[in-house]
Amino acid sequence: MTPISAVNDFVVKFANVNGSGSASANGMFAKSILRMGVPVAARNIFPSNIQGLPTWYEVRVSEAGWLGRRGGVDLMVAMNPQTWDQDVASIEPGGYLFYDSTKPLPATRFRSDIQVLGLPLTAICNAAYSDARQRQLFKNIIYVGALAHLIGIEQEVLETLIREEFASKPKLVQPNFDALRMGREAAAEMLKPIGLKMRRSQAVGDRIYIEGNSAAALGAMYGGATVCAWYPITPSTSLAEAFTAHCQEHRIDPETGEARHAIVQAEDEIASIGIVVGAGWNGARAFTCTSGPGISLMQEFVGLSYFAEIPAVIFDVQRGGPSTGMPTRTQQSDILLAAYASHGDTKHPLLLPEDPAECFEFGALAFDLADRLQTTVFVMLDLDIGMNEWLCRPLTWDEGRRLDRGKVMTYEELEAGKDFGRYLDVDGDGVAYRTLPGVHPSRGAYFTRGTSRDPYARYSEEGPVYVANMQRLLRKFETAKSLIPAPVSRPAKRRTPHGVIYYGSTTPAMHESLHTLEQQGVHLDALRVRGFPFSDAVMDFIEAHETVFVVEQNRDAQLRTLIMVEGEVDPAKLVPVLGYDGSPITGRFITDEISRRMRGLTRSPVPQVAE
Amino acid sequence: MTYITKPRLHHPLLAPNALGFTRRDYEGKVSTLCAGCGHDSISAAIIQAAYELDLPPHRLAKLSGIGCSSKTPDYFLGNSHGFNAVHGRMPSVLTGASLANRELIYLGVSGDGDSASIGLGQFAHSVRRGVNMTYIVENNGVYGLTKGQFSATSDPGSKSKRGVVNHDQAIDLVGLALQLGASFVARSFSGDKDQLTPLIKAAISHKGAAFIDVISPCVQFNNHVGSTKSFDYVREHNAALNRLDFIEPREEITVDYAPGEVEIVRQHDGSILKLRKLSAEYDPTDRISAMGHLQLHQARGEVVTGLLYVDPDAKDLHDHLGTVQKPLNQLGDAELIPGPAALAAINDSLR
Ligand SMILES: Cc1ncc(C[n+]2csc(CCOP(=O)(O)OP(=O)(O)O)c2C)c(N)n1
Ligand code: SF4
Ligand SMILES: [Mg+2]
Repeated sequence: MTPISAVNDFVVKFANVNGSGSASANGMFAKSILRMGVPVAARNIFPSNIQGLPTWYEVRVSEAGWLGRRGGVDLMVAMNPQTWDQDVASIEPGGYLFYDSTKPLPATRFRSDIQVLGLPLTAICNAAYSDARQRQLFKNIIYVGALAHLIGIEQEVLETLIREEFASKPKLVQPNFDALRMGREAAAEMLKPIGLKMRRSQAVGDRIYIEGNSAAALGAMYGGATVCAWYPITPSTSLAEAFTAHCQEHRIDPETGEARHAIVQAEDEIASIGIVVGAGWNGARAFTCTSGPGISLMQEFVGLSYFAEIPAVIFDVQRGGPSTGMPTRTQQSDILLAAYASHGDTKHPLLLPEDPAECFEFGALAFDLADRLQTTVFVMLDLDIGMNEWLCRPLTWDEGRRLDRGKVMTYEELEAGKDFGRYLDVDGDGVAYRTLPGVHPSRGAYFTRGTSRDPYARYSEEGPVYVANMQRLLRKFETAKSLIPAPVSRPAKRRTPHGVIYYGSTTPAMHESLHTLEQQGVHLDALRVRGFPFSDAVMDFIEAHETVFVVEQNRDAQLRTLIMVEGEVDPAKLVPVLGYDGSPITGRFITDEISRRMRGLTRSPVPQVAE
Repeated sequence: MTYITKPRLHHPLLAPNALGFTRRDYEGKVSTLCAGCGHDSISAAIIQAAYELDLPPHRLAKLSGIGCSSKTPDYFLGNSHGFNAVHGRMPSVLTGASLANRELIYLGVSGDGDSASIGLGQFAHSVRRGVNMTYIVENNGVYGLTKGQFSATSDPGSKSKRGVVNHDQAIDLVGLALQLGASFVARSFSGDKDQLTPLIKAAISHKGAAFIDVISPCVQFNNHVGSTKSFDYVREHNAALNRLDFIEPREEITVDYAPGEVEIVRQHDGSILKLRKLSAEYDPTDRISAMGHLQLHQARGEVVTGLLYVDPDAKDLHDHLGTVQKPLNQLGDAELIPGPAALAAINDSLR
């Protein structure tokens, strides 16, 4: 078996034990590749546990800029004996296995079709350090040093990263340099060169490297959110924590040191959304962030927000369900839950960001939409976008951009005698004016309730009054269509009767798959849906094609269902492509699935896809 | 149901207050509760308190959950914004509203089912956070609106109208509020407006979480012999600790009492609570002994009423969070958006 050889295009996977301090060393490895101008996509795969269980960190190096998971591993850094067998099995034929050879392993534990790179890491550490914790932590740095030697990461780059990391603890800089050097020297001495190589490039450009949760939190801050109420749950916790950190940095009154924000860790998700609804009712921009189980608990309040027409923003960082499901794995399985949240006839706008840059944009936009539409707006992230650092375009904010607070009747308007009916559709767009408590001594007060009422907010159980109000809410939802970000179209190079719809974190894998398929002569027009309600462009796209694949990361084809129901689309036309095993969908998987289906669809067979 | 139409004529007895408002201006829609329902008396006391406090009605927001009690905000302060939220969740909505605008007065109205059953968690957490609010539970020991099931404040041994005896222990909201750090805790009786009105005034003037448990008999489902929340039972077992005179900051206080009979507490806003002691050894600023007193007398079957505890220098949630004085809902774009230059710096830190 010839060893794999590749430049700036391979997958390195680290298998570690949770809590062993490997995360920062692995992160440094990924970042050093970025600093050499080569794009990376790095993903944590971790258990719902604090210490002792297996974790993996998968780094895809791709000068071509493919940021989805590719599938397969070219170089496995196997540091966890517990997962040895599965880790060794996952290596591509011709790939490499790097491991700690301090304790000899029988030949039966290896494979004959891979290259084995053994370094006695534990022995090196034991010789160099006496303290147990140091032995453990520096072992990680030592293997980074060894890998840097093997694949050609510049020492300068790693040293700069170490200096940045320990800027506040300069004493730690030199010991880390030493550990790196130890790794390099050991690898130079004991290992043969390998076929995976790094070469400096200019392919990163001005892109930034950020977690979606942090970007969404920045979006909330730029979008004017002042109240955040939340309850800890993976994978959304870091969104609230990031908002806290960003606000401490940027939202403190410089003169008084007082906070221009209020963050409450509530007692549960019901209280979280209750606080958001109360703040939204009272004119502050407010949000909560949670995951599926939290959304389940919030249902009643989301219905109240819909019916009483109160702005609210919910960031749903989706994880594997149902129930506790796979709490640390990714899925796009809350689409229907969010779109139709609550009892009675309800539906809610969703925003579907593709990467952290859109998490920022949609994060800010959600607050304008919530105020414009006076309803709950969901921003649907997932664990993959939320908790992994992604390479994406820089975040931008136009100098003159103003927050759009929607229809709020002012003291002056009330004073001038403008007619105020809280649920009166004066503009024909289904959106009525609201007033904020305290606005005027004698005008504009109304009683907010989740029960039926007339356009002037007076309690009413009259059938026609109720129906008229429900119809107005539908008109409002129609208005929402024009405010939701339009879908992004990627036409095929050739005319084709086949299309594909995708969204969210599936995007990079989808783009890679489209490229592969095209090389194989399979042409698909592609449409990335960015929100719900769907604009006419989505339905027109479906109309214009014979078959449309809908690629998503859940079992039940939830976006497909939503499209079918809302657009009254013939189910036969929409072919589901579903990857929902909890790890981010790969380009290979999508390519295989679509190819397989295309064989059934086209009379002339398409070429076989190589794995 | 009572549909007594109230004439909108100005009655000579309806004298205007300092703001020029009459009591009428603090009323709301006509109540649709049962004739004689205790809750209506509490609404009347709220109206009286707001009138006497010269409160600009629009500076108060009234919030409630679901239940007969929670319907009442529609029946008072018609010029105030109101929010009839979902069952048991008024406290979180009020918390959010209070975070959004710290300058308004927040009045939360709830029932014993709303606060002690479905909403016990939210009751507890809003109190322990020190949300600046007046939280009134209209406590009748039953679910009125769903027709007479026992609530979590029903005393063990209390008999339902249909003769069923309650065996579950009662949740004592006042005891809980004390334990959870409420900085103003009172209990009263809807049948005693003279006691209740000054308590509401004091609670509204209080900074911090002010809680009033008002025993409020349900004439429809829980006012019979064998109930411990009936008018007769409460009248017989009422053990009032003190009578409160509420004195507004601008009023003179006249010293006309013998030492030991009256306790004076000055609240954060300058208002003065003049407490005529009915129970000599009771000190309403001592939380631990208040808890002991309450336990002891309740064990004897007494319904302890009056101002049980007050911390006149309490801090509230905004103090804990260190929020700006200007209401968050009034901060402008410039105060909220860090701008493109800050974002460019953030981008730079992410490369
Ligand atoms: C989630 C939910 N569950 C149940 C109900 C039905 N419900 C309405 S009022 C009520 C009890 C109200 O009791 P309480 O708070 O004591 O008010 P009261 O009517 O006695 O004043 C219940 C169970 C509801 N509205 N919402
Ligand atoms: S049922 Fe009871 S609580 Fe409800 S209105 Fe009638 S008397 Fe009042
Ligand atoms: Mg009740």
